[in-house]
Amino acid sequence: MTQLMTGHEARRLDDPPDVTTRRPLRRNSPWTALAFLLPFFALFVVFVIVPVGSAVWASLHRWSLGLPGRPWVGGDNYAELFAGTSVTSVEFWKGMQATGIFSAGSAPLLIVIPLALALLLHQKFPGRTFFRAVYFAPYVFGVAVVGLLWHYLLDRQLGPVNQLLRAVGLPGDIAWTTTLPAGWVALIGVTVWWTVGFNAVIYLAALQDIPKDLYEAATIDGAGAWRRFLAVTLPGIRRVLQFVVTITIIACANMYGQSALITQEQPGTDTRTAIGFIAQTGIEGFDIGTSSAMSMILAVSLVVVSALVLLAFRKVGDLEQ
Amino acid sequence: MSSTEVTPVNRGPAGPVVPPPPPPPRVRRRPRRLVLGLTVLALTAVFVVPLLLMVSTSFKSVEEANSLDFSLVPQEPTLAAYREILGSARLPVLRWLGNSLLVALLHSALVVTISTTAAYALARLEFPFRRTMLGLVLATMFVPGVIFLIPHFLIVNELGWLNSYASLVVPSAAGAFGVIFLRQFFLAVNPAIEEAARIDGANQWQIFWHMMLPLAKPAVATLAVLAFLSSWNDFLWPVFVLFSTDMLTLPAGLAQLQGEFASRFDLLMAGAVVASVPVLVVYVVAQRYIIEGVSQGGVKA
Repeated sequence: MTQLMTGHEARRLDDPPDVTTRRPLRRNSPWTALAFLLPFFALFVVFVIVPVGSAVWASLHRWSLGLPGRPWVGGDNYAELFAGTSVTSVEFWKGMQATGIFSAGSAPLLIVIPLALALLLHQKFPGRTFFRAVYFAPYVFGVAVVGLLWHYLLDRQLGPVNQLLRAVGLPGDIAWTTTLPAGWVALIGVTVWWTVGFNAVIYLAALQDIPKDLYEAATIDGAGAWRRFLAVTLPGIRRVLQFVVTITIIACANMYGQSALITQEQPGTDTRTAIGFIAQTGIEGFDIGTSSAMSMILAVSLVVVSALVLLAFRKVGDLEQ
Repeated sequence: MSSTEVTPVNRGPAGPVVPPPPPPPRVRRRPRRLVLGLTVLALTAVFVVPLLLMVSTSFKSVEEANSLDFSLVPQEPTLAAYREILGSARLPVLRWLGNSLLVALLHSALVVTISTTAAYALARLEFPFRRTMLGLVLATMFVPGVIFLIPHFLIVNELGWLNSYASLVVPSAAGAFGVIFLRQFFLAVNPAIEEAARIDGANQWQIFWHMMLPLAKPAVATLAVLAFLSSWNDFLWPVFVLFSTDMLTLPAGLAQLQGEFASRFDLLMAGAVVASVPVLVVYVVAQRYIIEGVSQGGVKA
């Protein structure tokens, strides 16, 4: 690199560029571009584009183990699921319900608590970079470690959580991992503990981007802390807030590991989520057609929810202007 | 700290005498700082104590771990749990650790290789359908991940990759995030640098390799660490596509450990600690890159 630079400098100083031989800079041949793009796009086509197509295709065919051929069945897979009479469809909607309960419980907490945490970390105090790293830490451990850990911490008899509750004189016999609604409290609580730092870090970066003079101006105008939060902070992080809402809903709807490890789908299979049941139906049961239709239903629900979030933010934005 | 104290008002030698500032509201500020400090420390306990309990229980004996008399610190620390899981042929934790390391490193390397080159081309090269390609990659960021589960299983099955390292390394490598993230970085580099090198006869590859990559080092490091972590922590996919015990990654192995030793919390916590140590090392070393990467993902979205 240095050689290239010095060579360039030297030439420019010694002999000025010959204007007659100078042609418009041709930047690169399409073949060069192809070479740069090929490794990514080859995998992109095989593992991203083709799957989207084949998910739709498979959901319109009967495709399962022991069945000859893969006959086209149109919307039958969907119709069966929506009819809700077969065992599979009942279990699927139970899974969708579990995913829904979990998301409705955790998403609001994961939108609000991290914002409070970010506002705290946005204060000036010694070691705040260190504390930011501590609050983020549970996230890097991954769901397997976190799930195993809390399965132990929340154990009815031996778990430290119940032992602590007993020690302070509260009911310490709660079956966190085997009954409802305690199971939902456990799953939601652990998920908040695990990922709160992730969203907080995103909020914090947004808070740091808000110009300081906006706060000063608001203070001079006599705005108190709460008023400053509503008038300066919230509008300042609106785009990031929308981003956090969207990714949090999507992440909650993908929940699998927590219910596989903490509650182990108990009681019965009541905490088995939709994606868990889709994987069991498709991969273990090799019922590709039905599981693909389930995937499409879950995915479309998510797209609808994301679109609603987008619309809601637009509405609020319009009202503000 | 110093920000709470009222800074002395600047009095120029010839300037008018400014009336002294009102006395600092010490009485109200002190408790506020105290509350702030206590909140920060209480939250630290909330996040750290569960992790310490994991370590503590892993050093307890079976009897102590299963005792109804809970103790925060092991009364008689022992390595028995570690000896048992690390010596087990049926549940080869060390082999799982090796599998996880290998898979996460290969995945990270693959993601970085294909994402840097494609991101550079999409940021700086000219070719037909550039905007279309970029739009296509961007659009897939909004496709819910559940769509890919069954098709990936079918493709991996078709390729004969079930129960193999390849099934963990390759399918999720061509994600949109890396390309979009790095493209932003390349776009910010001054084009004059490239022009200068081009005039000097450097070819596209040399420009990419000798100039752009070194400039993008922090972004590449961030992507590498994030890809490593996401592969290391992946749970659902390895649980379903790996089926022989010696092919498992640590997360899938931990699930199996839990299935075998449901109530042996000393063993389970020892397994969790083994799975945590490498992540903790990566986190301590690359904490800045991880947190920067996550926060930039939001700001740039």
